Amino acid sequence: MTPRTSPEVGGMGHSVKRKEDPRFLRGQGNYVDDVVLPDMLYLDIVRSPYAHAKITNIDTSKALAIPGVAAVITGKDLAQYNLHWMPTLMSDTQMVLPVEKVMYQAQEVAAVLATSRYVAADGVDAVEIDYDPLPVVVDPKKALLPDAPVLRTDKEGKKDNHIWHWEWGDKAATDKTFQEAEVTVQEDIYIPRIHVSSIETCGCVAHFNKVTGKLTVWMTTQAPHAIRTVFALVAGHVGLAEHKIQIISPDIGGGFGGKVPVYPGYVIAVAASVLTGKPVKWIEDRMENLQADSFARDYHISAELAGKKDGTITGLRIKTIADHGYTDAAANPSKFPAGLFHICTGSYDLKAAHVEVDGAYTNKPPGGIAYRCSFRVTEAVHTIERIADVMAHEIGMDPAEFRFKNFIKPEQFPYKSALGWEYDSGNYAAALKLAMERIEYDELRKEQAEKRARGELTGIGISSFTEIVGAGPSKHFDILGLKMFDSAEIRVHPTGKVIARFGTKSQGQGHETTYAQIIAEELGFPVADIAVEEGDTDTAPYGLGTYASRSTPVAGAACAMAARKIRDKARKIAAYLLEAHEDDLEWEPGKFFVKGSPDRAKTIQEISLAAYTNHPPGVEAGLEAVDYYDPPNLTYPFGSYICVVDIDKGTGEVKIRRFVAVDDCGNIINPMIVEGQIHGGLTMGLAPAMYEEIQYDESGNNLNGSFMNYLLPTAVETPKWETDKTCTPSPHHPLGAKGVGESATVGAPAAIVNAVVDAMWHLGVRHIDIPITPAKVWKLLRENGVSE
Amino acid sequence: MAAINVKVNGVDHKAEVEPRLLLVHFIREVLRLTGTHIGCDTSHCGACTVVLDGRAVKSCTVFAIQADGREVLTVEGLEQDGKLNHLQEGFFQEHGLQCGFCTPGMLMTGYEFLKNNAEPSEDEIRHAISGNLCRCTGYVNIVKAYQYAAQKMREGGAQ
Repeated sequence: MTPRTSPEVGGMGHSVKRKEDPRFLRGQGNYVDDVVLPDMLYLDIVRSPYAHAKITNIDTSKALAIPGVAAVITGKDLAQYNLHWMPTLMSDTQMVLPVEKVMYQAQEVAAVLATSRYVAADGVDAVEIDYDPLPVVVDPKKALLPDAPVLRTDKEGKKDNHIWHWEWGDKAATDKTFQEAEVTVQEDIYIPRIHVSSIETCGCVAHFNKVTGKLTVWMTTQAPHAIRTVFALVAGHVGLAEHKIQIISPDIGGGFGGKVPVYPGYVIAVAASVLTGKPVKWIEDRMENLQADSFARDYHISAELAGKKDGTITGLRIKTIADHGYTDAAANPSKFPAGLFHICTGSYDLKAAHVEVDGAYTNKPPGGIAYRCSFRVTEAVHTIERIADVMAHEIGMDPAEFRFKNFIKPEQFPYKSALGWEYDSGNYAAALKLAMERIEYDELRKEQAEKRARGELTGIGISSFTEIVGAGPSKHFDILGLKMFDSAEIRVHPTGKVIARFGTKSQGQGHETTYAQIIAEELGFPVADIAVEEGDTDTAPYGLGTYASRSTPVAGAACAMAARKIRDKARKIAAYLLEAHEDDLEWEPGKFFVKGSPDRAKTIQEISLAAYTNHPPGVEAGLEAVDYYDPPNLTYPFGSYICVVDIDKGTGEVKIRRFVAVDDCGNIINPMIVEGQIHGGLTMGLAPAMYEEIQYDESGNNLNGSFMNYLLPTAVETPKWETDKTCTPSPHHPLGAKGVGESATVGAPAAIVNAVVDAMWHLGVRHIDIPITPAKVWKLLRENGVSE
Repeated sequence: MAAINVKVNGVDHKAEVEPRLLLVHFIREVLRLTGTHIGCDTSHCGACTVVLDGRAVKSCTVFAIQADGREVLTVEGLEQDGKLNHLQEGFFQEHGLQCGFCTPGMLMTGYEFLKNNAEPSEDEIRHAISGNLCRCTGYVNIVKAYQYAAQKMREGGAQ
């Protein structure tokens, strides 16, 4: 897309350098732990060493004897105010601090308030807690067996660990498709528990002002407005009303979904500030972050694909057990307990599909929705792209040809999928063709055959995914009843400068720059003249926040719509100033002019001044607009990724030789920023595919609870990503733009697994669960007689 | 408590500190230079990297008293006379940062590295920053930012 505006204006399509960078490059960002208030106390948390245990006694006397320790808060203290439990986004309940028992290792048990973080840590060490261990349930499949110990004894009448059963699609039609199929394949696919590990952990500074009754909380949240409402709903009975709660989400050091939920630490800090009247800071450390905050994935999937011998696929059937930890705190839209997992038919035109998911309680921390998953789309894409590859290999068809045969065709859009989604637009074959050209696919296949003849292992893996982002239409999408719209408020100053605020919240995605570009595109103000703010609930319009790649689809749309309202008013002002009829005016970015007389023009800056100094009779003074955008549909960006791996037969080490990623997110606001999102997203696809996993032993001990053994890729492990793009605009979005922030993380892992399995299929390997570690590959090689 | 005297970004700071106080907390909480960040508790992430007597160190793994009588450079000290140094400029031009949380550490690692390696290969850069974790960029543009700075330093000398 050729930009319409000049580089100085910097509208859509320009790689405008980021407005955020000057402060970050100078160490002048303002992150939560940078906030310091007078008389501030530090909060630190005593955590459970057991995965499941009764609390028999808590002795705080030694901690309270330490100079500088101000208080120790326990579940009993919070119980007086009915704040020891809190509701989750999935209408379950979660302990803030326990009164009777702990449900996972690293669970919050008590909190120490002290004058410094060092003294608070001393206090944590001095709190003595007696536990009586209980039987631990770690495996979600075992959790659902009839004789499993029941974990949620707090729930009256609850006699098992089953959270919910959810299913979608036409079961009878799907079963029929399978009965009639010429070919069927089945695979068990485990997508393991991982963790976002944003480099900044979670934390907050809570400040309750006893005089004004106002609570201000600086916190690491991706959804500050929803948090404000939640606080008001949960703590309204102790006097916290919504107009007296201000949530400030300042600069956030990465979110990736890990900063959507309400964690007990936040609530304890708020309670501590209300009780003491002093500001209270809580900043978790990395181990707490990894061991207690929202996890991602943990889906045990059985997938079946039905088709014909010629490679046409006809049906998909999926059964899944979802490990949710001890409570269902997944950050889903309320009607979707398994998120948008039913996008699992992917990029393919098939007749029938049926998907079932059963949620299970285990003695693990809660979560599930995080890590660029777009509400379980990571799981959906991994499943379809894996099982499609299994069938292609099974019938001896090239995986690329198999995909071309089954792709939804460009002319089929808007396309109603077998599971009910209406895909907005796509040209899947074009993206895959481009990726194949970039990587020289045919040459690679020849090389692979030659190498195989020599006994060397090379594999090529494809992932042709379809994303679903931009939740979402109010008919179906809400968080705790709050419809999933988003908002923009744009105000033009008399001198032609602009302040704009949004209901979303950047955590590094560049909103301060890209939202300004949308305004520049729509109104012609230079990006440099536009200030963008998010995250302060006192000033920004209400929105649902940033996650699931929803900012561009929803708040980006609101931004364009609000700007267009301003432009409509600007037209009235220009007509008045030019003494012309509105219909006789033409717009080009930055000015209105009289048709046929380009010299008779008023710039947007002249119009801005007139709005305050010479506004037309009958028209309000000022120039500003608000838009709350309820999207008509989600956006469906897509892409095709191809990965080439070489496997060391001696060690099982997998080396990614090349990785080509072609993405299509429709019209692009800022190509530089989109590319950066894709680089980061690909690396967060690589990570779970090859390095990261949170594992538990049978006693419920977290085995990967620090950076010692939770392996984030460094620059050395990360391959040199090769990116490219096609452009298929979203027809329903005002800018034709789609979300993209999570595409790469959704699409990449399957390409990597497919490549590794492709390298080893002839040895009898059909599937490998991620992460693909050298140990796993070496074991497979050994089992299949390759390595000694 | 121990009396220390540390020169930070060219300014002498005298302070009484507990021996257990980590240098990163001294920098952030005593001096209120909050560009230096904390991203882990096991010395892996490098968000706390500062330059101590010319060497890039992870300040979460040094006690403040160990910096007594020594010189520390933090991200706040990189800009000279209102002008960003080449590496800061490189990160800006090449989009080498997103959330900005690893950025100060990445800059300080590079400050030492590029002084000692005027023409680094991509592989050398990737190894040089392997003590600095980034969750946003996928490292591609950080490598480009280092290359940008190295080029500028070769053209116009260190800054």
